[in-house]
Amino acid sequence: MTLQFTVSPDFPADRISGWYIFNTWMQRTLGTGIHLEIYNDFGAQRKAIADDRVDLIYANPYDAAMLVREKGFVGVARPRGRSDEVVVAVSAAGQVIEVEALKPGARVVSTDDPDIEMMGMILLEPADLNRQNVERKVCRTYVLVAKALMNGEADVGFFLADAYAKFSPLIRDSLRPLVTSQIHVVKHLLLLGPAARQHLDTLRNGLLAMADDAKGKSMLDGLGLDVWEAVDREDVEFMIDLIDTLVE
Amino acid sequence: MEPADVAGEFREYNLAYYDGSRRRVLVTDIETPFPEGKLIVSRTDVAGVITNCNQSFVEMSGFSEAELIGQPHWILRHPDMPPAAFKDLWDTVTRGTKWNGYVKNLRKDGGFYWVYATVVANVRDGIIAGYTSVRRKPSRTKVREAEALYRTMNQG
Repeated sequence: MTLQFTVSPDFPADRISGWYIFNTWMQRTLGTGIHLEIYNDFGAQRKAIADDRVDLIYANPYDAAMLVREKGFVGVARPRGRSDEVVVAVSAAGQVIEVEALKPGARVVSTDDPDIEMMGMILLEPADLNRQNVERKVCRTYVLVAKALMNGEADVGFFLADAYAKFSPLIRDSLRPLVTSQIHVVKHLLLLGPAARQHLDTLRNGLLAMADDAKGKSMLDGLGLDVWEAVDREDVEFMIDLIDTLVE
Repeated sequence: MEPADVAGEFREYNLAYYDGSRRRVLVTDIETPFPEGKLIVSRTDVAGVITNCNQSFVEMSGFSEAELIGQPHWILRHPDMPPAAFKDLWDTVTRGTKWNGYVKNLRKDGGFYWVYATVVANVRDGIIAGYTSVRRKPSRTKVREAEALYRTMNQG
């Protein structure tokens, strides 16, 4: 049986070859065929999950509740020290210097990355903004989110902090960050579905040993990660409970 | 609470809790602003005893982590909070339903901080094993509304 593997669509485009190399490593480690399917957006990926066409997933934390509590996935590992944080920013050319200065009707721009959108909207709450009283615009990439702010097409934008940090000085100088989240516990993680359950221990052991040799380190570099750490059931359940407090 | 822990002039209250406990608290008018971009997170067992908390909880409460773990969550109860709000919280979460509300919390030094709190039951294998509470920065509009509402509730 060939297992189906997919990666949260918010991974940086320059990491795509890294994920194909990782998929080859998983096939060798588990001794089974694994097909890597890359979906263009979260909607297409969620449809595949709903249709039981995913057995292994490097998942966005926002989707962990559905995968674990509805589809019976279990946590394998997550990248150590890499939490998803959000930067809320405006155009540097504007007058807004704090979140509380934003008004209902504000035009909010983000990608379709669900955990970043969720955390970004929470950071707008002190300005009495919510999904019902803002205008939403969704862009395909964080560079396009920045451009929408710079061109005056939106009033405030949400960025994955890692993506914001990699912007050129030209883009960063055109933006003004208002607040950066420091939540620390919302993290992507590798989950394994019921059809692949017999591979849990082998996969986890292989991932935890990945940083021990040069070849493994090179593969981690290709993914933009440092080292994998194990997650147990309660780690995953805690993150899901926490995210549950943040969704409406 | 001890006067030595309290910053500035204080008022004294005697609070009674749902579990029959009583506590003397010392209260000042000093507000600590909510930390930008952070969440205050704690977990309790089913009886409301604190089992875990994050660094933001420690910093905002004024207690050390060692002082918090093992204590009932009402250690943060401010006398301006109407008891009915916490009854509603417990009635809601023990049914396994999410609770949201604006809460004025008491610090160890007698000061206070406002939060928008959400509490969920931690359901494991179909059983409530404890509760997770996450507090985030509230809007001042909502805080003013809550202040007025709680004042009315306390007068009634």
